[in-house]
Formats: sequence, structure tokens, C-alpha cells
Amino acid sequence: MNVQDEAVLTIYERSKPGRRAATLPAAEVPETPLEKLIPAELLRAKPPRLPEVSEPEIVRHYNRLSRRNFDLDTGFYPLGSCTMKHNPRLNERVAALSGHARLHPAQDPRRAQGALELMWLLQESLAEICGLPHVSLQPSAGSHGELAGLLLTRAFHADRGEERTKVLAPDTSHGTNPASVTMAGYEAVKVATNERGGVEMDDLRAKIAEDPDQVACLMLTNPNTLGLFDENIAEIAALIHDAGGTLYYDGANLNAVMGHSRPGDMGFDIVHVNLHKSFSQPHGGGGPGAGPIAVSERIEPFLPKPQVVRREGANGGGLFFDLDFDRPRSIGRLRGFQGNFGVFVRSYAYILSLGADGLAEASETAVLNANYLKARLAQGLAGKHLPVAFDRHCMHEFVLSGKPMKKELGLTTLDLAKRLLDFGFHPPTVYFPLLVEEALMIEPTETEAKESLDAFADAVERILAEAEEDPEKAKQAPYTTPVRRLDEVKATRKPVVRQPL
Amino acid sequence: MLAAIGVESTEELFAQVPEPLRLGRPLALPEGMSEAEVFERLAALAARNEDAERQVCFVGAGMYDHYVPAIVDAITQRSEFLTPYTPYQPEISQGGLQVMFEFQTAMSELTGLPVSNAGLYEGPSSVASAGYLAMAATGRRRFVVSRGLHPHSRETLATYSVGYGAELVEVGLAGGETDAEALAAAVDGETAAVFLQSPNFLGAVEQVEALGAAAKEHGALLVVATDPMTLGVLKPPGEQGADVALGEGQPLGNRLDFGGPSFGFFCATEEQIRRMPGRIAGETDDVDGRRGFVLALQTREQHIRREKATHNICTAQALNALAAMVHLAWLGREGFRELGELLVRRTAYARERLAAVEGVELLHEAPVAREFALRLAAPVDRVLERCAERGIAAGYPLGRDFEEYGDGLLVAITERRSRREIDDLAEALSAAIAAETGEFGVDMTQKSPGGVL
Repeated sequence: MNVQDEAVLTIYERSKPGRRAATLPAAEVPETPLEKLIPAELLRAKPPRLPEVSEPEIVRHYNRLSRRNFDLDTGFYPLGSCTMKHNPRLNERVAALSGHARLHPAQDPRRAQGALELMWLLQESLAEICGLPHVSLQPSAGSHGELAGLLLTRAFHADRGEERTKVLAPDTSHGTNPASVTMAGYEAVKVATNERGGVEMDDLRAKIAEDPDQVACLMLTNPNTLGLFDENIAEIAALIHDAGGTLYYDGANLNAVMGHSRPGDMGFDIVHVNLHKSFSQPHGGGGPGAGPIAVSERIEPFLPKPQVVRREGANGGGLFFDLDFDRPRSIGRLRGFQGNFGVFVRSYAYILSLGADGLAEASETAVLNANYLKARLAQGLAGKHLPVAFDRHCMHEFVLSGKPMKKELGLTTLDLAKRLLDFGFHPPTVYFPLLVEEALMIEPTETEAKESLDAFADAVERILAEAEEDPEKAKQAPYTTPVRRLDEVKATRKPVVRQPL
Repeated sequence: MLAAIGVESTEELFAQVPEPLRLGRPLALPEGMSEAEVFERLAALAARNEDAERQVCFVGAGMYDHYVPAIVDAITQRSEFLTPYTPYQPEISQGGLQVMFEFQTAMSELTGLPVSNAGLYEGPSSVASAGYLAMAATGRRRFVVSRGLHPHSRETLATYSVGYGAELVEVGLAGGETDAEALAAAVDGETAAVFLQSPNFLGAVEQVEALGAAAKEHGALLVVATDPMTLGVLKPPGEQGADVALGEGQPLGNRLDFGGPSFGFFCATEEQIRRMPGRIAGETDDVDGRRGFVLALQTREQHIRREKATHNICTAQALNALAAMVHLAWLGREGFRELGELLVRRTAYARERLAAVEGVELLHEAPVAREFALRLAAPVDRVLERCAERGIAAGYPLGRDFEEYGDGLLVAITERRSRREIDDLAEALSAAIAAETGEFGVDMTQKSPGGVL
């Protein structure tokens, strides 16, 4: 039996009665029957059917499963808007120190001064990077930060005796934006994109003019999901502020502008920062992340609680760090305890490592890499079949359209993506943003060498050349992966979401 | 590279950023540091925290100092699990997707409900997500919430509710358990969901089924928060009428990390599957008929449905869910039950031992599994301080969240807390209370007010 076939067994299918891995400490206390301690009707009749496996079997099972994953440490991962940059191992080492890893979140602040100082320092660093004076580290991911920002917006308006109903966002926005809008009880209003890839100003003016008093907020990503910096941002900010709304910055693309341009200086009131994108927290196959928010003075009173603060000690005592719960206008808690501290440790280590100069250089290199790869893909067959959607210099990412490829070669963007798997690359983000037909969104990040970018461009070229000869090859791809194309319709129509036992 | 792009310098690439919006100066942050220096800096910060390696930790309140087996670190630190993105390309993400499927199976087994997602951020925000689901399921906007629900969960639910326009009604505790009569009176035909926690914040194992009857009667959902580490011995929420069972996943394979990252688990009945928040992995076949896994039911999700999605969640906690799965596999069917029994017995021992200390009494006598509440005859913050001086974190001061329990202390037990450590705690409490009452002449029959840190 080869490794691939065998690995398809689940841990439950490897289970054999009586096997186990764990040894537990002795009870050391009287072995009283449980029903004398807890009423029998509240006890479980049968234990949950967890697998029965030995430790070597567990190790082998999960190691084999791991080999059925593609990962950033193995190859190029140009997933647009996801910022798949290298994850320094130093960060794992410092996060695992017992002073971090085994610190209880309810520890008395006086006995957690190192942790609170680290959080405060991270807040200060993010405030400087974003150009906004106040930071809450509480949100657990970007979308959580968006929800926080919209609840802050609601509190800000309510404080002025207003209740507004609409939140505007461009048609290029991330899906989380409108989803967050709905969760926060607002109506999502779409704004069109102009021929340069920015916000269509006439449409924005029209959407505001419909009912300026109802505009609660505009959510924007800048550079946007086309990788383009909106040149009209100052005017956009003025329009929204004149209407009385707040301006929200989706920081998913912050990696383009660190140390070069700051959302606060562009006029934004609220920014979320994806620590798992720009600040090197590993993505973990879908988390954990963290989505701290930085805000302007007028939003500060409403920040979630508790806030990490630095205080003067009483009676001439030195500075100390504390959790501030006394925030009467706060929107309240967004989660338990203080946030994803382990992520804060990694991101702070990253900021210390790079420093002011290194962060600016990271963004500069990210932009250079994106433009270089864009230039490479403008040549040859890629240039012919996969034109860039908006032909100007990009920031950290760019979007190609597979529309000509589909028409000329009969290959969809999905086919190209699947064929790239056979060449050992993770494909770009596909079919997003929605306004570009057959979109491919490519973000190389700053941690890729020129050789990786060239190899990727060469692979695209080879796939297109192959498709000119035999388009079927790509249409049936991939061939070399642990499984081939999967029936996603079946998985949704008749969902099997757990192992029958 | 510049030549290939056709520019002289990278500055030209930044020309699209209007001049007034360019920073034009270095960030006011320190210069970059070497790896060795960064390590020293962070190690120095870490050394200023009194973690559970330096203090014997009896603090719980939702996160617990369990032993995380070495195998969890070894597997979660593998590049192939640590560094991929969300599995949008299933052909090269079978490892992560299968882990999700195995995890969902485990959580479904633990909670006794058929459907589990692949994890949410953490406990309290999962409670808030259940509120959103209950509103969609019932079309109602009123939540009845037990005061036994973790205060952070109640607060988070309240924060979210302002957004989606729901009203919260709180039901108090009687004898450590949710007041059944008050609960029955609070639930009505406008109620979207009843929120319970068992064991509740004071450690009491609730009569979930009896309490839940009011929800059933009025067509409201029953949402039960629980501690996964107790589910080897306690009747699972799914067998007590819960429509949703959820909670903080940290006790399973995740470190304390000063509060995160951990994960939230979220299980429900079949009826709710298309309203579930978060990722769900599903089993399917590839074109050659081979077994495989994909993200199922993606039409619930933000990247497909945008403003019509069932939730906004994107990045969640895949790696933390893997840690839980590995820990559960390591414990296995027998080990998981044995650990639950160990917790119950050591907790019973500790409860009896501490309640026998002069100046300590039980805050309630309801059955408990792994955590219990005491009343102290001396100011709680002073007692905690004295215990801390002896290297013991004696528990969680209830006065932080409950003004009615200013003299309350919540004590948590894990398999790491040996009988000797429990005996040491009893001694430390005894000495601290004696010193405090002696020093300040506190009347032992009088309960101290306040005690908030």
C-alpha cells in the first residue's frame, strides 16, 4: 500500500480497542464513585467515542497528513490579499517561553507586567505605523476588527444622538466587509470602481447624496484589492466626513505602505491590522490571527474594554501597566480576556527585528516584487492571454484577467490554478475581486527572491504554451497532488461533516 | 528588476501615493535588531510575568493550566500545519481539511450534537455567534441569559447584540445554580434563545434539561456553553436538549498564552447546519473516486455570500483546533474519561479540604466537576496577595465580576494540581486568613464586602 492511499484513513479508522497513548497522574485522593459526587442523571452513560491509538500511531498519522498539505515553508504562495510572507522561527521560540505560554489571563496585572508592557509597546508601534493615536488589541482577526469598527461607528453616532443605517464599500471590497456590515445591523451599499481601478467618484457622490444623514461609514482598502492606491483618497475622506460618517480602513493590504504612507494621514478614523498578514504570525492553515484596531481621537472613548494602559504609580511609584475597565462609553467586550496574546508576542518580535527601516524596506520590496512579477507576466503568452486588469504600476499585488485565455484557449482561471499545482506552486487568489472577469490576484510579498518570481512566471508560460497545443491537459489538472479535483457540489448538497462511528 | 519594470527606482512605483500622503520620514520606531537581541528583549519581558511555572496555579475562570503533551507541540510546529493559508485549494490541503473533519467528529462526540464547525475565535465570541444564529433561526430578538454564563460571554453577547438589535434579559442564581423559576418566568414567545453554562461560572453542574424545558415550550433555542474537559464524565449538552453547544476550547491542547490564541467550538443540531458560522470540512470524492475533503457549505460564508453570509468570520483558529485534536487522540477514549474522573475526584477532595479551613466556607453546595466557589472571612485581595507571596495563585476573585460575591474565591483544579499542592493551598489560605483577621480584627462571622482588585 502506498503512503497516499494509506493516509486517507482517519484517526478513528485507525482506532483499536484498548490502545492508548496517555498516562495520567495517579488520583492521590479517595476513588469515590462519581455518582456519590455528582447526581447520576447529570453523568454521561457512555464516554465519547474518541480514537484508541498509541503515540507512535498518532505521530505517524499526523505526519502523513501533514505531507498532504502544501505550505509556505515549502513553496511560493502568491495568494492575493493574504500576504503569505515568511514566518520567522524566532517568533515561535519567544512565544513559547513559559513567561508567555503559561501566563494565566486572569493573573493580577501587577504580576503580569512584562505581558502588559509588551501589549502596550505593540499598541504604540501599531499606532505609529497606522498614524492613529489609540489602539485596541482585542479583535481576534480582521473580520472581528471590522465588526469592532462598525460597532464603534454605531456608538460614535449614537453618542451624538444619531442613528444612521448605511455603510458604503466599493465593489472591490473583501467579502468580510459587507458580511460585517450586516452583522453590525447596517445596510451594505456598493460603490462602483472607475476605469483607473479606484473609487468611481461620481457614484460615491451619488450614493452619499441619496441620503447623507444615513451614511454611517465608508469601508475602504487602500491600496485596494486591485493592488492600486486610490489617488482620490483625500477627497473621498472629505466627502464622507462632510456627510458625518466615519472612514474605515481594511488593513489587509497594509503590507504595501508600512513606513511610506499611513491610513491616519489619509483621513481614516478606524483601521484594522491583520497581524497574521503584515506582521508575520503564521497562518496555521486558517488561523490563529489577530486584528487589532487603531482609531482617531473622536473614536477613542468607545474602544472595547479592557484597554492596556500605562499609569503613573501612586505616591511617586514608577510607571506601571494596567488593564483599564473604567471606560463608561466603551462598546464593551468583543471576546474573553485580553486578546490573542501569543500572536502579539510574535508580531512584536517581528517589529523589533525589522525596526523602522526594515518595515519600510519590507513594503518597498513587496511593491518591487509585485511590479517585477507583473512585468514578467506582461511578456510572452501570459501577456497575450492574461492581461493585467488595470494597466498601471501596482502596489503589493495585482490582478490579471483570464478572460482572453478562456476565449482563446478554452482555459478558465480555475484550470490554470489547478495546473499550477502540478508545477509545485500555490495558485493566486482566483475569481476575486468580482469585477474582473476570470480574475487572478497575485501577491508575491517581500520575502520571495527574484528566482521564485521568475520560476512562477516561467511555469505560467509553460502552462499556456501547453494549452495552445492541448488545452485538455490543464482542464483535467491537477495530476500530481494527493487527490485530484474534488466534488464540492456533493459535499454541500449532502454534507458529511463528521465520521459515522 | 527595475529595468524589467521600466523604472529607475522604487520611488517611481510609489508615485501613485499622492505627495501629501507620503510619510516623508522614518517611522518613530527603533532601528531593527539582531535575532539574539530580540530574543533577549522578549525573554526579559517574559521574566517579569509570574506564570504557572513560577506559581502554583489554581486560577481557572474559563482557561486552565492543563498539561499539554509534547506531541502537540511537535505536530503543531510542523511547517506543513503551521504555515499554509485557509484550505481554499483542497487538492493540496488534504492534511488540514482531514484534521478539521476529525476535529468536527471529536467535538460532535463530546457535545452529543451531530454537527460541528472547524472552530471559531474563542469562547465568549462563540456565544455571541450563537445569538446571531438564534435570531436567524427564530426571527426573534430577545435572549434570556443565565447569570451563571461566564461574565465575558455575557458582556460579549451584549456588545454584539447592540449591532444586530437584540435585547438581553438576565436570570439570577440561587444556591449557585440558575434560578429555575425566574428562568421559566423570563422566557416568552419573543425569546430567540436561552443561554446556560454548565458547569457554570461558579463551577456548578446545572440541571440543563430541566432548565431548558422553558425554551422548548416557547420555541426558543437552547444554547449551552460548556467546558470540554468535563465531557468525559458529564452528560453532554446534546443529550439534554441543547440546540447549540459551544465553549472555550483552551483546555484541549492549548496553552494559557495570557488568554489566546485558543479556539471556540460550536456544535448544533442538523436543523441549524446551514446557519452555522465558520468553516466546515466535508467528505467527498475526487474525479478518480478517491476519498477527499473540502470546505463544505461555503455558500454560508462571507467570501461567497458577502452581505448575505451567516457570519463574517474568515481567519479563525485552525492550528488551535489541530492542537485540540492531537490532545484528544493522545488522551483517547479511556484517557479522556479517566482525566474527567480525576478532575472530579481531586476537585471533591480540594473542596472538602478547603472548606474545612477556618474562615472558609462553600459559596454554594451544588455539584461541581473541576472548579468551585468559596467565601472567605478576610478580604479576598489581601488573602490572594499573601498566598502569592508563598508562590500560590489561589484562585479567581469573584468580586471582579460579581458585586454580590465580593468575598468569593473561585478555585480550579487540573491534573497538574497534586494533592500536596492542594494541601499547601489549604495551609496558605488558613495562614492568610488568620493573619488578616488577626491583623485587622475582622469579625469571623462577618463577610467582607468588596474585595475587588
